[in-house]
Amino acid sequence: MKFLTTNFVKCAVKSCDASDLSFPLKYEECELQLQEHDFNPEFLISMLPRLNWDAVVQVAADLGNTSLPSTKPEGIENNEQLLKDLHSLLLETQIINGKMTCRHCGHIYYIKDSIANFLLPPHLANS
Amino acid sequence: MSGKIQPSQEEIELETRRFKSTATPELQERLYVHSVYNDIAQHFSQTRYKPWPMVAQFLGSIPDYSLGVDVGCGNGKYLTVNPKLYIVGSDYSTGLLDQAVQLHQKEFNDLVVADGMMLPHESRRFDFAVSIAVVHHFSTKERRVAAIREILRVVRCGGRALVYCWALEQEKSRRGYREGMEQDILVPWVTKDGTTRMRYYHLYKKGELEEDCVAAGGRVVQSGYEKDNWWVIVEPL
Ligand SMILES: [Zn+2]
Repeated sequence: MKFLTTNFVKCAVKSCDASDLSFPLKYEECELQLQEHDFNPEFLISMLPRLNWDAVVQVAADLGNTSLPSTKPEGIENNEQLLKDLHSLLLETQIINGKMTCRHCGHIYYIKDSIANFLLPPHLANS
Repeated sequence: MSGKIQPSQEEIELETRRFKSTATPELQERLYVHSVYNDIAQHFSQTRYKPWPMVAQFLGSIPDYSLGVDVGCGNGKYLTVNPKLYIVGSDYSTGLLDQAVQLHQKEFNDLVVADGMMLPHESRRFDFAVSIAVVHHFSTKERRVAAIREILRVVRCGGRALVYCWALEQEKSRRGYREGMEQDILVPWVTKDGTTRMRYYHLYKKGELEEDCVAAGGRVVQSGYEKDNWWVIVEPL
């Protein structure tokens, strides 16, 4: 799973939908890998306003990166270095293996071979 | 059809009776959708590479760098039709998703295993959604409506979803399903080693998909028929 996608996934348990705690998930024991992608500043500039920056900062901290500014950077179109850093973080950082825990219900989801699995056991599926 | 033996009408009817006596819709879908796709994934994926024109047109009409979901993305053939979109594809079948990973994970999109009824996404987060040849695999009307409602939940106000389902009216195809026939059917898939697996489908009749989209709380923007399928573009209210 790409780092960027951590901004778009939450706990799948229905009764967690209304809780702010179900997003972002808490990332632990993650094995990361850098996968090269073509640098596309336009993509990043368009994507930034769409990101929940607090969640970016939190997930980055879960993964051991505490270097991000606490507020969403502005004027990134003129900041080549920041664009490159964001590119590397959001698109090139792959979580290969790891676990994700819902801060609301405590359910643990796993990432294996880069694929996050959000299927729920039957007792959670209809709650 | 490369000369492999298709099951007889009797075999299909016997299996259909077994399907109908299966205890719950969830179990029906497990046995007649999920497990079948996992088993046939590789072979199935090799036959699914050409995007349907309507889907390509819809994806092409979305503004650059929009965010979307592909619910039931299968082998991921729609993830890269428009490379300027970021799409999170999900599928219940780990087998199909493995195919998608091999084909597309290096590109600008992502893949997760998820149940279409319980998407792991925040409400109203995405600009658009596609769900192509998926909703017809839910085995009751209630569940098909709930599946559409769940897709609409994650689409933002003013965003749009394209839902595409197999039609009952397909007189021109070799299968010959047509008006007046049974809508809940099993469709055989003959694997390379000659074994037959049967998948459940609900064949949508004219007007029914629009009706389900409205029941799911959507507003139908546009709808039509393409190559044995009904499609609807729907937006959340
Ligand atoms: Zn939860």
